[in-house]
Amino acid sequence: MPQMNMVSAINDALRVEMQNDDRVVVMGEDVAKLGGVFRVTSGLQKEFGEERVIDTPLSETGIIGTAIGMALAGLRPVPEIQFGDFIYPAVDQLINEASKYRYRSGGEFVCPMVVRVPVGGGIRGGHYHSQTPETLFIHTAGLKVVCPSNPYDAKGLMLAAIRDNDPVLFFEPKRVYRALKMDVPEGEYTVELSQAKVVREGEHVTLVAWGAMLLEAIAAAEEVKEQGIEAEVIDLRTLWPMDTATVVESVKKTGRLVIVHEAARACGLGAEMVAQICEKAFVYLQAPPRRVTGWDTPFPYTLENEYLPLAHRIVPALLDTARY
Amino acid sequence: MNVLVKPGSVPPNASSRKLFSVLDDNGLADPETDPKLELSLVRRMYESMLRTRLIDARLMKLQRQGRIGFHVGCEGEEAAIIASAAALREQDWIFPCYREVSAALYRGFPLQSYVDNMFGNANDLAKGRQMPDHVTARQVHFGSITAPIGTQITQAVGFAWAAKIKKQDVVTASYFGDGATSSNDFHAGMNFAGVFQLPTLFLLRNNGWAISIPSDHQTHSRTYAEKGPGYGMPGVRCDGNDALAVYATTQEAVKRAANGGGPTLVELVAYRVGPHSSSDDPSAYREAQETEEAQKHDGVKRLRRYLERQNAWSDAEQTAFEERATAELNACIEKAEAAPPPSIASMFEEVFEHMPQHLLEQQAECVNGPRHRKRH
Repeated sequence: MPQMNMVSAINDALRVEMQNDDRVVVMGEDVAKLGGVFRVTSGLQKEFGEERVIDTPLSETGIIGTAIGMALAGLRPVPEIQFGDFIYPAVDQLINEASKYRYRSGGEFVCPMVVRVPVGGGIRGGHYHSQTPETLFIHTAGLKVVCPSNPYDAKGLMLAAIRDNDPVLFFEPKRVYRALKMDVPEGEYTVELSQAKVVREGEHVTLVAWGAMLLEAIAAAEEVKEQGIEAEVIDLRTLWPMDTATVVESVKKTGRLVIVHEAARACGLGAEMVAQICEKAFVYLQAPPRRVTGWDTPFPYTLENEYLPLAHRIVPALLDTARY
Repeated sequence: MNVLVKPGSVPPNASSRKLFSVLDDNGLADPETDPKLELSLVRRMYESMLRTRLIDARLMKLQRQGRIGFHVGCEGEEAAIIASAAALREQDWIFPCYREVSAALYRGFPLQSYVDNMFGNANDLAKGRQMPDHVTARQVHFGSITAPIGTQITQAVGFAWAAKIKKQDVVTASYFGDGATSSNDFHAGMNFAGVFQLPTLFLLRNNGWAISIPSDHQTHSRTYAEKGPGYGMPGVRCDGNDALAVYATTQEAVKRAANGGGPTLVELVAYRVGPHSSSDDPSAYREAQETEEAQKHDGVKRLRRYLERQNAWSDAEQTAFEERATAELNACIEKAEAAPPPSIASMFEEVFEHMPQHLLEQQAECVNGPRHRKRH
C-alpha cells in the first residue's frame, strides 16, 4: 500500500474521481499549471486537460459563482479557495446561493460542489494565512463542513464529499499537509460524512478535536496517561452536520468533556457542542465541559503558538476536568 | 435629474454609445433597422407584454389590500424583458434578477404557479420559502430568483461554461439592473466570460433607477454598454422600450454566443415607471414629471401601434384579450388564496438532500410545539 501525506492523498482522491466521473471539474487560482500553491492539484491538468482543470482569474466570488452555475448545469465542480483567509469575497455566493439553491427552489435545483479550503495556523502565516473560518459556514443552513486530520480520512472524505449532492466546504489543515505519511489505499474508498471516529479509547474524560488539533489532542492524551488519566479522543472529521451521538455516547461513559478547536471561542463549534451535551447528557456530567480554543483575538504572527490550542494548553484542561 | 436618453441624443460614433432603435413612439418602424419579424411572433410578444402590465397592476392592488405581502413589478420594462427573452432559444437558460418573472411567463411558466408563489401557499414551487416574486421555474430553463444583487451573473457564466465543457449548444442570459453593474459579481462575471469566451449574454436593464439612486450616480461611464469593450466583449446599446430593437439586438448576441463568438453586454435603456417594489415610494426622490415624460416612450403602446399599422391588432382584440387575461388571473388568484399554507414539517425539508439528525430533532420540536396565533 502506498504511503501518502495529506497533499498526495487529496491529489489522489481528485485523480480517482476525475477518472470515474467526467462531471468533476477542478478550478481555482494557480491550481492548473502550478498545481496549486500547496501542490494539491499537481499534475491534474496534464492528465485531464485545460477544460477540466482550470486556472481562473483572481476572484473568489467569480470562482464560487461560476462553480455554482456549473453545478446547476450538472457538473461536479471542485473549486479551490487558495487560503481560508481569502474566502470572504465568496461568502455571498456560499451563504446566500450555494447553500440555499436546493431549499429556495423547493428541490428543483441542486448545487453539489466541494470547495477546497486550506485553513489553520502553525505555518508562520499571520492573520491572513492562518484563519479557520469554520464557524461562519457551520452556522449557515445548507452547507456541510468537513475537516480531516490525516491522509487516509482526507482521501476517503474527499471522495464522499464529491459524491454528495449538497455543497461541502472541505477544510484542509495546512499544518498537517506534509506533517505525516501513512498507508493510503489506491483506488476508491469513502469515509462517510457526519461520522466521527473514536481514535483512542479512555474512561476518564472525552476529548474532541479535528484537523490539525487532533494530533495535539492525542499528544496531550498520551501525556496525561502518565498521570493515570485515560482520555477518550474523538476525531469529529465532519464538523457539520455534527455527529453528536458519538460524543454523547462517550460523555455518558466518561462524564467529562474537553473540546479543542483552532477557531475563536465565541460561538465556535465547541459552544454548540457544549450546549448539545448539556441538553442530551446533563445528568451524566461530573465536571463543567471545557473549551480549549483559539482566543477571541485576530490570529497573531509572532505569538501563534500561544494562540493555538496546542498540547501545552490541552494537558492542564484535561487534568482540571478529570480531577474536578 | 435623471434623463431618459432618447434616440439620436448620444454620440453616433460607437455602438456602445449609440442607441439602436427600430420603432418610433408612434410605432413606425425604421425600414433600415426593421428586423421584419413575423407578425405572429410580434403579437405573441405584445400579448405577453400587455398581460404582464395587467398582472402587475393587479398584484400591486392585492398587496395594498394586504392579501399578498409584496410585489416587485416591471412597468416600463416589459419590452426590454419580454422581447429579449423571446429572442433566446428554447434550450437557452435565463438567470434572472427579481424583475423578470414575465420572461418565465413568456416561456410558458404557468400563471397559476406564479400566483401560488405570490401567496406562498402549499402549491408554490418554492414551497413558501421565498418572498413573492421569487419564483423557481426550472421547467422553462429559468433559475431560482434571488434578492442579493448580481449573484446570478456569475452563475449564468458558470452555467454557460458547463455547456461549453459538455459541448452542448446552450447560451445563458443573466438579467440585472443598472445598480448591479456596481456589484462584485458583475465585474467577476464579465471578466470570466471574456477570458474564457463563454456563450453568455449580460442583459442589463438600465431602467434609470436603483431604488432611489439614479443611473448617472451608479457609474461615471458615458454609457453602460461601453463597459463591454473593457472586458473584451461587444457592448451594445438598445432602446429598451422598442421590442423590435430589443429582439434584433438579443438575437444577434445569441447567434454570436452560439457560434463561438463569446459574450455580449446588452444595455437595454428603459425606465422604471413604477416604484422599486411595493415597499418603495418614488415621490421621495424623483419628480412625477420625469415619469410622465418617460411614459411617452412606453414600449407596450409602441408595439400596439406597430401591430395596428400592420392591421395585426384592433381595439376589439385588445378588449377581448384583456378580458381573457383578467379572467384567467382572477381564477388563479381565487385558487391560490384558497390553498393552504405549506406544512410546518416542510420548513425543515430540502435544507440538505437527506435530513440530518439535528434537523429531525428540530422538526419534531417545532411540529409538536406551540403554534403561533396568527394564521399563516
